[in-house]
Formats: sequence, structure tokens, C-alpha cells
Amino acid sequence: MRKQGLYDPAFEHDACGVAFVARLDGVRSHETIAQALVALEHMEHRGAAGAEAETGDGAGILVQLPDTFLRSVVDFELPEAGRYGVAVCFLPRSAPRRAELEQLLERTVRAEGQAVLGWRDVPVDRRHAGSQASLFAPTIRQLFVGASSEAGDDPLAFERKLYVIRRVAEREAGPDLVIPSFSARTLVYKGMLTSPQLGRYFTDLADETMTSALALVHSRFSTNTFPSWELAHPYRMIAHNGEINTLRGNVNWIRARESQLASELFGSDSAKLAPIVRPGGSDTAVFDNVLELLVLSGRSLPHALMMMVPEAYGGRADVSDALRGFYRFHECLTEAWDGPAAIAFTDGTLIGATLDRNGLRPGRWLETTDGLVVLASETGVLDIPADRILRKGRLQPGKLFLVDLAQGRIVPDVEAKEEVAARKPYGEWFEREHVRLADLPPRTRAEHRDEPVRLLQLAFGYTQEDMKVMLAPLAVNGEEAIGSMGNDTPLAVLSNRRPLLYSYFKQLFAQVTNPPIDPIREAVVMSVQSLVGSEHNLLAETPAHARQLVIDNPILRDEELESLRQVDSDVFKAHTIDFTWPVAEGVDGLEPALERICAEADAALEEGSNILIVSDRNVGPDRVAMPSLLAVGAIHHHLVRAGTRLQAGLVVESGEPRSVQSVAVLIGYGAAAVNPYLMLATIGQLVDEGRIELDRATAEERALKAVGKGLLKTISKMGISTLSSYCGAQVFEAVGLSNELVDRHFTGTPSRIGGIGTGELAEGALTRHARAYPGNAGELLPVVGLYAWRRDGEHHQWNPETIALLQHAVRGGGRSTYEQFAAAVNDDSARRSTLRGLLRFRTAGDGGIPLDDVEPASEIVKRFSTGAMSLGSLSREAHETLAVAMNRIGGRSNTGEGGEDPERYLDERRSKIKQVASGRFGVNIDYLTNADEIQIKMAQGAKPGEGGQLPGHKVDAYIAGVRFTTPGVGLISPPPHHDIYSIEDLKQLIYDLRCANPGARISVKLVSEVGVGTVAAGVAKCNADHILISGHDGGTGASPISSILHAGVPWEIGLAETQQTLVLNGLRSRVWVQTDGQLKTGRDVVVAALLGADEMGFATAPLIATGCVMMRACHLNTCPVGIATQDPELRRRFTGQPEHVIEFFFHVAEDVREIMASLGIARFEDLVGRVDLLEADGALVHWQTRGIDLSNVLRIPDVPEGTPLRRTEAQVSPILHALDWRLIEAAAPALDDDTPVEATFAVRNVDRTVGGLLSHQVAKRRGRAGLPPGSVRFELRGSAGQSFGAWLAPGIELTLVGDANDYVGKGLSGGVVAVRPPGDAAYRAEENVIVGNTVLYGATSGRAFFRGVAGERFAVRNSGALAVVEGLGDHGCEYMTGGRVVVIGPTGRNFAAGMSGGIAYVLDDDRFAARCNTQLVALEPLEEADEIVVRSLLDEHVARTGSPVADALLADWDPARFTKVIPHDYKRALAVHGEARYSDQPISTGGGGFFTKESEEAA
Amino acid sequence: MGRIGAFLKVGRTEAPERPPAERVADYHEFVGTLPLTELREQAARCMECGVPFCHHGCPLGNLIPDWNDLVYRDRFDEAIQQLHRTNNFPEFTGRLCPAPCEAACVLEINEGNAVSIKQVELAIIDRAWDEGWVVPQPAAQKTGRSVAVVGSGPAGLACAQQLQRAGEDVVVYERDEAAGGLIRFGVPEFKIEKRLVERRVQQLAAEGVEFRFGVNVGVDVTAAELQARHRAVVLATGSRIPRDLPVPGRDLVGIHFAMDYLYDRARAVAGTASGGISAAGKHVVVIGGGDTGADCVGHAHREGAASVTQIELLGTPPPSRPDDLTPWPLWPMKLRTSYALKEGGERQFAISTTHFSGANGTVEAIHWQENTGTPPFELVPGTAESRPAELVLLALGFLGPEVELLDQLQVERDARGNAAAARYLTSADGVFAAGDVRRGQSLIVWAINEGRQCAESVRAWLDAEGRSERPNAFVSIATTGTSE
Repeated sequence: MRKQGLYDPAFEHDACGVAFVARLDGVRSHETIAQALVALEHMEHRGAAGAEAETGDGAGILVQLPDTFLRSVVDFELPEAGRYGVAVCFLPRSAPRRAELEQLLERTVRAEGQAVLGWRDVPVDRRHAGSQASLFAPTIRQLFVGASSEAGDDPLAFERKLYVIRRVAEREAGPDLVIPSFSARTLVYKGMLTSPQLGRYFTDLADETMTSALALVHSRFSTNTFPSWELAHPYRMIAHNGEINTLRGNVNWIRARESQLASELFGSDSAKLAPIVRPGGSDTAVFDNVLELLVLSGRSLPHALMMMVPEAYGGRADVSDALRGFYRFHECLTEAWDGPAAIAFTDGTLIGATLDRNGLRPGRWLETTDGLVVLASETGVLDIPADRILRKGRLQPGKLFLVDLAQGRIVPDVEAKEEVAARKPYGEWFEREHVRLADLPPRTRAEHRDEPVRLLQLAFGYTQEDMKVMLAPLAVNGEEAIGSMGNDTPLAVLSNRRPLLYSYFKQLFAQVTNPPIDPIREAVVMSVQSLVGSEHNLLAETPAHARQLVIDNPILRDEELESLRQVDSDVFKAHTIDFTWPVAEGVDGLEPALERICAEADAALEEGSNILIVSDRNVGPDRVAMPSLLAVGAIHHHLVRAGTRLQAGLVVESGEPRSVQSVAVLIGYGAAAVNPYLMLATIGQLVDEGRIELDRATAEERALKAVGKGLLKTISKMGISTLSSYCGAQVFEAVGLSNELVDRHFTGTPSRIGGIGTGELAEGALTRHARAYPGNAGELLPVVGLYAWRRDGEHHQWNPETIALLQHAVRGGGRSTYEQFAAAVNDDSARRSTLRGLLRFRTAGDGGIPLDDVEPASEIVKRFSTGAMSLGSLSREAHETLAVAMNRIGGRSNTGEGGEDPERYLDERRSKIKQVASGRFGVNIDYLTNADEIQIKMAQGAKPGEGGQLPGHKVDAYIAGVRFTTPGVGLISPPPHHDIYSIEDLKQLIYDLRCANPGARISVKLVSEVGVGTVAAGVAKCNADHILISGHDGGTGASPISSILHAGVPWEIGLAETQQTLVLNGLRSRVWVQTDGQLKTGRDVVVAALLGADEMGFATAPLIATGCVMMRACHLNTCPVGIATQDPELRRRFTGQPEHVIEFFFHVAEDVREIMASLGIARFEDLVGRVDLLEADGALVHWQTRGIDLSNVLRIPDVPEGTPLRRTEAQVSPILHALDWRLIEAAAPALDDDTPVEATFAVRNVDRTVGGLLSHQVAKRRGRAGLPPGSVRFELRGSAGQSFGAWLAPGIELTLVGDANDYVGKGLSGGVVAVRPPGDAAYRAEENVIVGNTVLYGATSGRAFFRGVAGERFAVRNSGALAVVEGLGDHGCEYMTGGRVVVIGPTGRNFAAGMSGGIAYVLDDDRFAARCNTQLVALEPLEEADEIVVRSLLDEHVARTGSPVADALLADWDPARFTKVIPHDYKRALAVHGEARYSDQPISTGGGGFFTKESEEAA
Repeated sequence: MGRIGAFLKVGRTEAPERPPAERVADYHEFVGTLPLTELREQAARCMECGVPFCHHGCPLGNLIPDWNDLVYRDRFDEAIQQLHRTNNFPEFTGRLCPAPCEAACVLEINEGNAVSIKQVELAIIDRAWDEGWVVPQPAAQKTGRSVAVVGSGPAGLACAQQLQRAGEDVVVYERDEAAGGLIRFGVPEFKIEKRLVERRVQQLAAEGVEFRFGVNVGVDVTAAELQARHRAVVLATGSRIPRDLPVPGRDLVGIHFAMDYLYDRARAVAGTASGGISAAGKHVVVIGGGDTGADCVGHAHREGAASVTQIELLGTPPPSRPDDLTPWPLWPMKLRTSYALKEGGERQFAISTTHFSGANGTVEAIHWQENTGTPPFELVPGTAESRPAELVLLALGFLGPEVELLDQLQVERDARGNAAAARYLTSADGVFAAGDVRRGQSLIVWAINEGRQCAESVRAWLDAEGRSERPNAFVSIATTGTSE
């Protein structure tokens, strides 16, 4: 499907399950293939189907070229194996075109000196493909190519030739010709199939003579269902689970490198290779393209992967010098391909997998005693008896898992890497050749013209607020300023203020298909290092490649910039390009200036410069600066197009940047470093004037650090961990820039509503310049009211007038006052501030229908919800007022992410929507069971891609009780859900939540950004019932100001994109769509409905109805009206009543009815999706003059008449065949009359969330107390699927004999989980992996025992469970707030990051201290009380799992072998409040820490 | 942003006043400001709201949170710059404005808690004068254009100063002997000492504004002459026709309009004239419960009146903000006791004057009856009462501007009789209007705001001279903010 409206296939995401089977002895067999297909089938739940269940998103298999089989099926002679290759071709079904392409291929083969041997039709059984898939199925043929005699003995030489043939033919043929594989070594079968269909569709795969010693399979989950056979995996060398976040930058850089590519191996063929990247490919396809090139040009497969997906080596003692040298050297060659990725790879002899540095995808492997190696996204995909298993493991962050069939063994990560690292003296080369900026001699500015700072500030549009709100906090606190509430100012393009160009760029962020990162708690993976210099041929490696200037912090001080500018070296040569233009030339001067700077860049490169400093230092009375971002974008893209970009690094010297956003955008568009000289001078001025009570150096230092931190936060929002990968990655969406401008200077950036061009930018620059010149150096800076309303400043939708009118309307003013309010919001200046303001209704020509015919307001208000505002961010009084109001009108309120007081579950204070956010605060089985709707918050409009923090002073006893945490201890919400790194993970969480409450509807909250429509389609395919598209302008209790202002886009765009994508995909009928973001009036509601929303959410407006006055002090706990505070004194000032909220919603609904009448529509549901009833308002000239084009937003999807535009049917329940129904049956005696039960069941990896539905039954019948201990004791045998024991309720004990996948004990709510290997296992449990990643995530109480090693992020966000484990991966006990964890084996890195509560007891192997993140915790010896806890848990561990390790520890008890890990704050809180009250009871009932009103008063 | 949470720990403190018994013995100002350390604590209470309702409540749009913060941080020199940015005469407003900003302060949601904004304002400007920070700011470049401003009240002065600083040559015509209008002659010395007014007038003069006193435009200079002399004319003549009380006995001697009394007293206190209306030794009745009435009461006390009674037609307002009628942030219609009544005298609400009586053509008594307190003010039977009254002062507000000059200039009037000038330009070519003459009687802050905005309009209009698009009824694109 082609791009139409807001839908663009470029934003599709995919993820999946991946597996391979390999025989170490290299013996080819059909069994290997058959086993791989079985494994594939057992991962079907990781893939997805679209609107039609039988059409899969893609499945495929890669095998060794099956020589015997192929000989038996072709009717022509084949040379010996290795001397011929097979091109698998997807050809058009149209015969003439197919013939053309076949001739093209044959012609190319011959032209490249090889022999065409013949064609074979690949037989397929069309019954085993869905109808959609069949409709688009290509004709699949294999072309056999014989090697010419010249090819010689190097087997790779022939592979290279085949590669060249493919590149040449592909380029000439365009998108019609797809060649999934073309090799003498491997063969691929793939298509738009479900996992079970693959083996049946391709009948070859069933042929017993088809043999291979390895097989790589993949099951795909795409975020939408547009047919594509090409995008199925495996590709030629890899299959991938995850997503490359930095793709756009990687592609740009590869494109820039093409002109330099030269390989001795390819010789004269080098010229035929470009473009390296096939257009239209997915992230995986592009990665495969580059990997293939690197390997064919002489690097080994491990080598190439170590270049592209380097591990995080910074600050690690366990990385050898040689390896460190390798990474450093290769950083000079290429930036990392960053993002969550489990990449399985093979060249036919080596097969293996690697994981990104963050370890964000699962991978489990095992080796059998008879030489079989199985790796898969999940354990248990093949039935292998325990006594045949030699060892088990998991993929680890940044580690290679490598199987070499030639050597017949698994090659350890270290061995493989050291071998590669030893190939050349990379470290020496790097040390010798690179130059550190810090080592350059300091320089002062040569020509010094001191323009008064104040004039420069005026010329660059500085405001008083910039000083006060942005800059001073940077310098004082070393942190970006924090704000609260949402952004209610106009988009840059709609503002009359002429905002700087930076503010037209909206930061993209990770949601669902990839996770954001926590740059503070997971600093180990982050890096802001930047390199400047010329790059050399990617395909070669010489010492000269390391001739790069290394910059530790990309924000340069003036002296550092001078060091660069005056660099005295035979390697580096800097050239400064002045991007100012003469004021006298006026607006017309900008275009020539752009041409001049590009030409100057060309000339500088000609002369051998390799550092280009673009500068506006020449600003003065006669010269005006263009936006620095325009200068950078123009030169960057000009050089990319010219193929010379890599000859130099770009450095910006500008007075304009002064915020995290401005620096981030400059780097995102190609700058390697930025010298914000005016920002630094201004900070100096603030120091001199005594406004900052620091010395200049400290202030500057802190400000630079703060911007660096802000940058990390910005890049981590997108899931990117290194600045060098972010450089040029363009992870922005432009809103309000003309396509012409974007295409030329910001090529590849999405820009969907048109907007201003260079003319307007020039006018803006000149206007600012005119404020400064001729000028007065004593003049005050303007106050523009961007952050807080000012009368003559920027327009705010919430201003004294609208706030007062709304409050008066609901406090006796009545309908007429509401109408004044609505008029103030909807009209005139207000209409200039939002996109919806630019639209108007196409009212019915006949005057519509009588108002009485329109459905009553009491029905309409049921579609309204209040926003997710947590108890904690809001006071109890405010939170309950909203809930009561919504219950009384039949709408819905939302708990927010802070849990809910169980006392409220059954009365009118309950919130129907229970939110599940990344912190999982207050989420247990009882909470979930009492929901009408469970909302998974993927992102928040005000700060998408970020986590949150509730400072300790806001966590009083009540709040702590509701959240199952400790009073006074601050709480951290991680940026990602640690069980959602990818779309199939979301599918799993939805499944988990369905089990926790089968009656609730499951909602997923997304934030509007480019591509949100395809994400929403993926969410619909994940079986969600409800999708919320939030606007960027939503509120917050506390966020960095750059996030509030610069991340995300308006809901109008996101909603329209979502509606169009869902309708085009045939998915719209299955889901409700809701939108929110600064909705205020009936007009807003109707626009939202017409653009596709069934329901609407409101947050700020109802808060204002209850008395909020937009203080924007939510983050300070000083809310003077008692809403966003926990201060008892201030809470008493709250005067809001449910009636105020109810009155507001009824006014809105009546307003809606009047509009409906005028549109001639009686029922609200008939409004939904009727975009034809909207049009751009031609009367508003200002936006036309700014080039805004809303036709994409108003696009009517091209679908047949009658295609549903709203939800008309339910999702098919995925839980009908769950194992739990049998568990519930067996548990009946316990559930009905407390008779304890015991039973045994078989389990396998397709049985997911075992215990979830059962726990729901317990919670439903018994509430939070659950069943008496030991009521239900089940033993399960086998490999359990994901989320084993999730939400387990009190009284349930599950013992798994076997192993388990990710998310064991997720949200554990009082039950007991134990996992141990079978008695006959051939391996030692404590040395092998038994449970996967993210175990006990968000557990609130209960106990868990694991006899074996766990994966990454064990006990992440545990708030009450007690656990014993025999070893774990990286990031253990991250963000933990309560509970006890005993570790009796090795721990990975970054243990206890963000841990603010609970205690861990770790068996110390002397390396522990180095692996522990001690930002928040202390390491101490055990006290007597600790010993009692540890010993009793170990006793139970022995009892439940038979662990010999624990047994030995107890037998030879020595507390000194353990280290106690306790957070400082937690320790303090325990000391203040007493151990007894807050300690976790050995058997918690899932509410033990809860404080009722009485107990709070007693306190 | 002030000090976080200070409003929870520091209470509002009112501006200190001299004790009533002491102050009635002289004509000096009786309201002061807190010592600076305490004052800065008051400023610290400001929360620098995301939506500063005070700033909206202030007709001038004073950047209140910004200068509150500067005062808290002891940066008075910058605070005065911020304050002067929106307000030409803070020493006037800091003394005379009823402070709608404080009524709109977010802390005033809890009534009586508002930040002491007015006091902070006054402290800033008084300190600025003391420190010598207030200096003439003559224009750097002159345009060579001449503009007449008629009337030297706060609107006229603000307009004149803005125009002069922008490079125009301004001539102010004033029919009285000194500048300031009601501030000079209507408002008592003990509320604002006239030396302060004169000090500001001298700043304008030093900036180049030419003052012509004793010139009654329309009489001494005709409208045509004025227009011939100047490129533009700004009318800032106020709204000076007082409301009368047409009841029997109104013609008796001893019944005066309040403003006549106040003018006489002002001149007497200044020593520029003697005689005139006096309250000394008399039973004084002031009709009208507003600020003018209070000023009459205050003067009467200082003159040594035998008794002072102030009566008001409307009923007793509620003691605290009536949320159903004037909810926050609106100006609350509630009971306020004027400074003057704290000094003595009696006050009665819901009183309808029925007639005056006297002997020898001189008033001796007032006769009234209680009414229902709300329109149509029906009389309550059986409540008729008489009081001795030797001096009756009518402080019933103003009906509108004097019309002679407007008529001469052929300026169209709006429905209320004020000069019609939507964007300050009237129907007469090159004639502008600002202040009470345009909007009817109002607050000094509105007057200053009008003067400032009118200056913007004048400049834009002058700049557009010769351009075809210069409209007759000029709609300025350059005016900033919302004027009403």
C-alpha cells in the first residue's frame, strides 16, 4: 500500500520471534529443518495476523544450500556444490513484466561473466496462505547461476560476484524484483505467512531430501497489515527481533559513505555497489544490506557485527585493552546501529546471535549432549528431555553467541571477540592517531570584536524568561528546569511571536515498538562522546582511519572552539563558514547566503579542511544571522548529496542555541559539536550581576553538564544510547515547515501540514535583528509569556479570562457563562493557536435537524473520561472529586499510575479506568480485578518517552500505602515498561491483563507523533480494545520544560493518522479510539469525533472546574488550591465539588448537541470518522499565508463504501484456550469451600500467564486477602510460556519443574512461585539459566524461589515480594522499592540502579561492589535481624526447590559471605518509622502495607 | 519566583498607617510602607503563578510577579525598570489605586491573603526616587512632529510622556494653574502629597514636554487654532460633569458638589488660594459612599467639622466576597470601611435623600428615609429621619465629559456621551481621546493605560501619514494588549 493521507509505510515497525537450530557436527539432516519449523510454530504467539486471521505478517526459514535436494529437482546439470549459486526471486505475476525481469537477471549474470544454468519454479501450496497474502503473492522462482572458472578458490569471490549481480539487477529493476537470497551457501524460503503455514506453503520444506545442518527461522509481527512478502525474515544473513532506532541517521551516513567505498576484493566492481541500501527496506533489511557488504568485503561476520552493534565498554574493567582498542578504532569508522535488537545471523557455516548493549530482547539457548544447539526468543520451543540438555543460557547484552559448525563447537564470546580484536593493532592505531580536544593547547579568539551581550541577546531573540526559567536553573542546579501542567501555547507556525526554527521540530520518542532508556539509572550504556574529522573508506582499515578528534562533551566552551579553529596539525584543518548575511539585502539575502555557505563548504573540502565551523560570530549592526539549524541542515544535506559529507565534521558556533532542544536539534541534523557562545556569555553575565551565586567557571561547568544530561535524556527518549548514533539521525518531525524547505535542507524529515519557508525565516531573523540594532545596550529584554501567561505575550488557551469564565460557569454562572467561555476558547485569537481552530464544520445545507432529535446529553457524557492523574500528583480530595463526578454521569475517571485506595473500589469514588504504567505502583490482582478498563500507559503527552519521579516529600503514609511503598522514600517510574520493549511484548502484557480481568476492556495510551497510526494498528493487532491518542499538549505534574514544549505533536494529526491507518487496514471496527489533549468545548469534541474518536478525555478543564488556576506549581507541592499537593494545610483549601465537574461536562455535551443538530446528525456514533464534515476554514487568512495545508489531516481513506469508521465488533478473545481454565477447574474445591487442592499439569511455552486467570477468580471471590496460605498447590512440568505466575494471588503456590521464559511472577500479588529443574537434568542448575528477563516486575507481595540463574532486570520495581535466586544478569533489583531479594550466585552489572526501597542480600564474590550501582544504596554487613530473614528464605528455598547451593550455605553458615544492599532513604525511613511497621511480612496478603483512613489519623 | 512556600509561612501585612487621632491633625500622608526587610518578605509571598491573575487584573498589565520577585531578591533598581515598563507613574498608582490586582491575586482565593502588591509597588518607586534612579529620558531622536495633549490628568500626562520619549514634540494644555488634574486637585494632600505630583511633572518637562497652564482650550484657544498648530490632538479632558441630586431644597446654600469642595481644599492646603467651601465647625453630610465621598469626609475631619455623616443609596454590602455575584478574581462588591471613617464620622446604607430644608436660603437639615437597598430602592415606611446638615457634599459620581470642546472639534459621542474612539482616534481628523473622556469615569490605572495606548495610536497614525491606507477611523495594529 502506498503513502496516502497521513499514512506512510516508512513508519511500519516489526518485531517478532526468532530461532535457530544447528548441529555442531555439521551433519546435514532434514530433521534440523523440521525442528526449526516446530520451533517456529511454537513462537506463533509472538507473530501476528492482520484483519484477516489467516494472513500472517510473515514467516521464513534460511537453510544451507541443499545441494542433494536441488540436484533432484532441476532438469539441468549443476556443477559441484559451491560452484553454483541460487537466486530466490520474488517476481511479478504479470507474465510480460516477469519475463523482462528474468531476462534482466540472465543478462546481468552473463555480463558479470557467470553462467545461467536454468530456472526452477518453486512449488507452493496456495491453500496454506491467507486470502490477502495470496492476493499479493509473488511468483517465486529460483535462478541457478554457475561460477565462472575465474572465480578461483576463494569461495567468497563467487559470493561477491553473486552480490554484484544482485545489486546491479535490483537497481535496474526497481521495486518489482525481490531477491530474498542469492548465494552458493544459503537458501531462503519466506513469505507473508503465519508460522504454521510456512512449512505447508513451501512443499520443498517437507521433502526428506531437503537437508541442512542449520536452520534459521523467524515469525514476524508488523504494526500493520499492508501486504508485503519481501519484508518477511530471514534476510540474506540475518533475522532480527527488535528495531533500529537510529535508522535514519545510519542510512544517511551509509549514503554519505558510498562515494568513498573501495574494496580491493571487489576491485572494479566497487563502483557497482551503490546504493548499498535498497530503497523501501525495513530497518532489518537495511542492516542486512550493510552487514552483507562488510562481510563480503573481507570482514568476518563477528567482526562486522561488533562494528555495527558494539557492546557498552566504557568504564568497564572486564574488557581487555585489545578489545577496547578495537571498539575505539571502529567508532571512527561507523556509528553504532542502536536500538533493541536480538540479531540472529549466519553465513551458512557460522551461526549465532547477538544482543544490543541494553539487552532489550530475549534469547535463550541450549546445547544437548548429542551436539544440537537451539536458540530461540523463548525457551521450550522444542521438546528436549532434561537428561539430554548439557547446558542452557541466554543472550546477554552486547554479547555474541556464536556457533561454528566448522569447528563443531560454541565459541565463547570472549574468545570470538578477542580473536577479532587481535587481527590488527587497532588499539595502537587509535592511540597513535586520534587527538583529544582536551589535549589541544588552549587558544583565545584571534579577532575579537566585542558586540555587547545585550544586543546579541536581542538579536537572537533572548527573553527574560530564557534567563530566569531556562538558563539560571541550568547553571544553578546543573539540571534542566522542571515545569508542570501542559503546553497551551500555539504551535510555532501559528504563533505571532516568530519562534526560533528549533521550535518547529518535535522530538520523536519510543513507544511500544522500542523502549526508551533511563539515562540516569542506566548510565553504563550511555555516551556523549563525539568525533570530528574526515572519515575514510569503510571497507578498508588503516591507521589513518583513527585520525579523529575526540570530543568528550559536544557542547564546547569558547576556548575549546578556538582550539579547534586554530588547530595546528597536519591532520586537522579547520575552516570557519560565516552564515550571516548583510542586513541591507533584506529578506532576499537569505537564499544567496545559503548558496554561498554550501559553496564555501565545497571549497573548504577541496582545500583539505576537515573541520567546518559554521559561525554567526559576525552578527552585528550590519549582518544578520540565519537560523543556525538552517545553516547546519543546508550544509549537511548539501554535502550528503555531493557525497563529500564524510570528509569533514560540522561544528556550530552560534549565539542562537540556549536550550537542550536547540542543541539536540543541531546534533540531530549533523553537528558534531556546538559552541553556544551567547548562552555561555549570558551565564557569565548572570554571574557578574549576582543573579547566580556561583563563580563563572562553576556556573559554566554546571550549565554544560546540564545540557549534556538533557541531551542524554532527549536521545534516550528515542531509545538511543550514544550521541554519535544520534548525530544526523534526524529523529524529529517538523510541524509547520514547507515541504520545499524540508526536502532541501532537512531531507527525509516528516513534515505533514506544510508551513513556512525560507522567506518567513528570513523575516523572523530580520525582525529580531531590528530589535537589537540600532540599539541600547541597557534595554530590558522582552517578557514573552511563553512559560507563564503575560498580557502582551504569547497566547495561552488557559488565561485569566478562560479560567475565570469556566469556574464561574460551573459555580452558578450557568449556560450563558459557559457560552462566554466557549466563545473565548473557540474564537478569534484562540483559533489561531490550534490546528482544530483552523477547521470548520460543513453544516447541513437544510439547517440540520431539530435539537430535540439529537441524542440527550446524558448519553453523550458517557463518552467522556477524565485524564490519568495519579493519586500522589493530585490530592486525595481532588482525585476523589473527579471520580465521583464521572461515576455519577456514567463517564470514567482514571486512577493514574499511583494505584487506588481499595476502600474506593466498591463505592462511587472508584475510578473505572485503572492505569498500568511503567512504575506499576499500586498494581496488583485486586486492583486489576476491580477495573472496568485497564489502561496501559505507553507514553504521556507532556513527556513522552520519559519516566517520572515522585519526590519523597510527596510520599506520605497514605500515598505510600496505596502504592505499596515506604513513606518519605521517593519513587521512580522507569522510562520504559520493562515488559514492553517491542510490539509482541505489548501483546503479551495485554494477554496478561486479560487474564487478570477478562471482563475489563484493555486500553493502550499512545502519544501523537509521526507513525503513531502504524503503532496503533499494531496495538489493535495486539488485541487491545481501546486506543487512546494523546496530544502533545497534555499535562504533567513535573517534566523538564523541553519535554513539555518540544516532544510530540497535536492530537489532530495523530488521531487522523490513526483513523486513516486503522480504516485502511480494516482494523478500525475492532477498537474504540479515544483522544485527549487540551479539549475544552463542544466544538473540540465534535472535531475529535469527526477525525475519528469514539471517546474523549479531559484533564485540565475538569481540574479547572474544581478550582485549579494553572499555577503550574504541581512539582513544588505548593498548589494554593489544594489540588496538586499533599500538604494537609493546602489540601484543606480545596473547594471543588463533583457538581462542578458534572456541570462542566453537561455544558460541553449540550454544546455538542447543538453542533450535531446543525450538522444534521442525531446520534453521536454517526459523527465518528465523518471527516467529510470538516473543512479548512478559508476565512482564516493567517494560516494560509503561512503555507499550512491540512489536506492530509482531512483525507478520506480510500476504502470501499460501508467500511466501518468506528468500533462495531469485539476483539476475538485470546484466552479461550488458556491452561488456566483447567487450573480453575482443579482449584474449585479451594475456591468454593476452602478445601486445599494439589494437582500436576504439563506446561509448555505456548501456555502463557499461567495462574493469571486463576488469580482473578481468587481476587473476585475473596478480595485482596485471597485464599488461606497453601490452599492451591499446583506443580507444572515443562517449559512455561511468558509471564508464568503473573499476578498470583494469595493462597496459590505454583511450582514449575522445568524452566520459564520472561516475566515470571510479574505483578506477583501474594502467591508463591518456585522454579526448579527436573530431577534428571544433566546440567548443574546454578550454572544455567532457568528463568528469563524481567522476573518479578512490579511484584507487590508473595514469594518466589528460583533454583538457577535469571536474566536481566531481576525483581525490577519489586515493591514487596521476597525472592531467592541463584544468579542474575544486569540491572538486578532496578527501581526496587520494597521486598527482600537474596542472591546466592553471581550478579550482572548495574545492580540496584534506582533502587529506593527494599533490601537485597547478595552472596559476595568480591566483584560485587564493582557491579553495584551505588547512587542510592549502601553496602553493609548483615545484622542479626538480616540473618534471620536470609536463613528463613534459604530454608524455604531448599524446601521448595531442593537447592544444593542453599543447602550448603545453610550447613556452613557464614553471614560474612553476604553483602546487604540497602537504599539510604529506605534505611532512614525505617529508622524514623520503625522496622515493625514497614517491614515486609514473610507472608503478605497483598495489602499488608496499606493504611486506611483510621490508621493514618492514628499516625 | 518569590520563595517557594513562603505564602504558607508569612502572612499578609497591610501597609502601616498613622493612627487616626494623629493624622487628622495635619495634611501629611498617612499611609507608609513596611521596612524593606519586611516588605521583601511580603514580596516573597508571591508565587509567580503560571497564570498571574494579578497581572490580568491590573488595567496597566503591570508585570507584578516579575517585580515582586525582584523586590524579594533586593533588586529594586531592576524592579523599577520593570515597573516603569508598563506604568509611567507608579507613585500615583501605588498611593491611589484601589488595587484590583490584589483582588485578583491567587492567594486572595482565600480572602484577605493577597500579596501586598500595592505596597510593594509603592516601595519600589519611592526608593527609586530616593536613590535618584528616576531621571529624565529624553528621546534619542526627534521626529519633528508636534502633538497637543489637552488636559494634564494621568491620562494626558502618560500620553504626553510616551509621545515625548518617542520623539514627538508635545504641548500639554491645562486650564488649571498646575498639572495633575484630579490627582492634583481632587485627591487630598494626605493621600498624595502634591510635591510628588510636581516632581513627576518636572520629569516630563525635563524630557521636553511643554506645559501651558491656565489655557482653557475651546475658550482661550479655539479648536481650529489647536489643530492648525499641531499634527495631532489628544483629548484627555476627563469626565467632569457631576451627577446631581434633584430633590426639594437642592438650591439651598451649603449644598455643593464634592469636587468643588475638594478643589477648594486642595488650593487652601497648597496655600494658593484661601476661602472657598469649608467644613470647619459644621455638621457635614456627604452623600455618596465612594472614594470621593471618603475624601470629603477626610477633609471634613481635618477641618474640624462638628459632625460628619456619610450616606449611601445602596444597601449594606456583604462583609466578605459574595461568590455568587462577584466571585474571585472579579472585584468583590463587599463592605469596605474607608480610611476616613476610621478617623470618625457615621455611615449609613440604603438611604434615600427625600429633601433638604433650611433657613435664609441656607441648608440646615437633610431628610431621608431608608430604602430596600436594591433597585428600584423603594422607601421603607416609617423610617423617615432628619439630621442637621450645614454642609452637604454630593459625591454621586460623574455623568460624562464636558461637551463644548468635543462639539467644537465635532467629535462623535458614544451612547454614554463619551468621546467615541474605538482605537483612540475619534471621528475628527487627527483628534484622539484617552482617559475618562473616552471611557467615562474610572480608575487612575485605566487613565494611565489609555494615555499609553493612545500614544501608540497617535504614533502609528502619524507614521502612516501620506500612505493611502491611512484610514479615517484608524484601526491601529500596533496597540498592544487588551485595553478593556
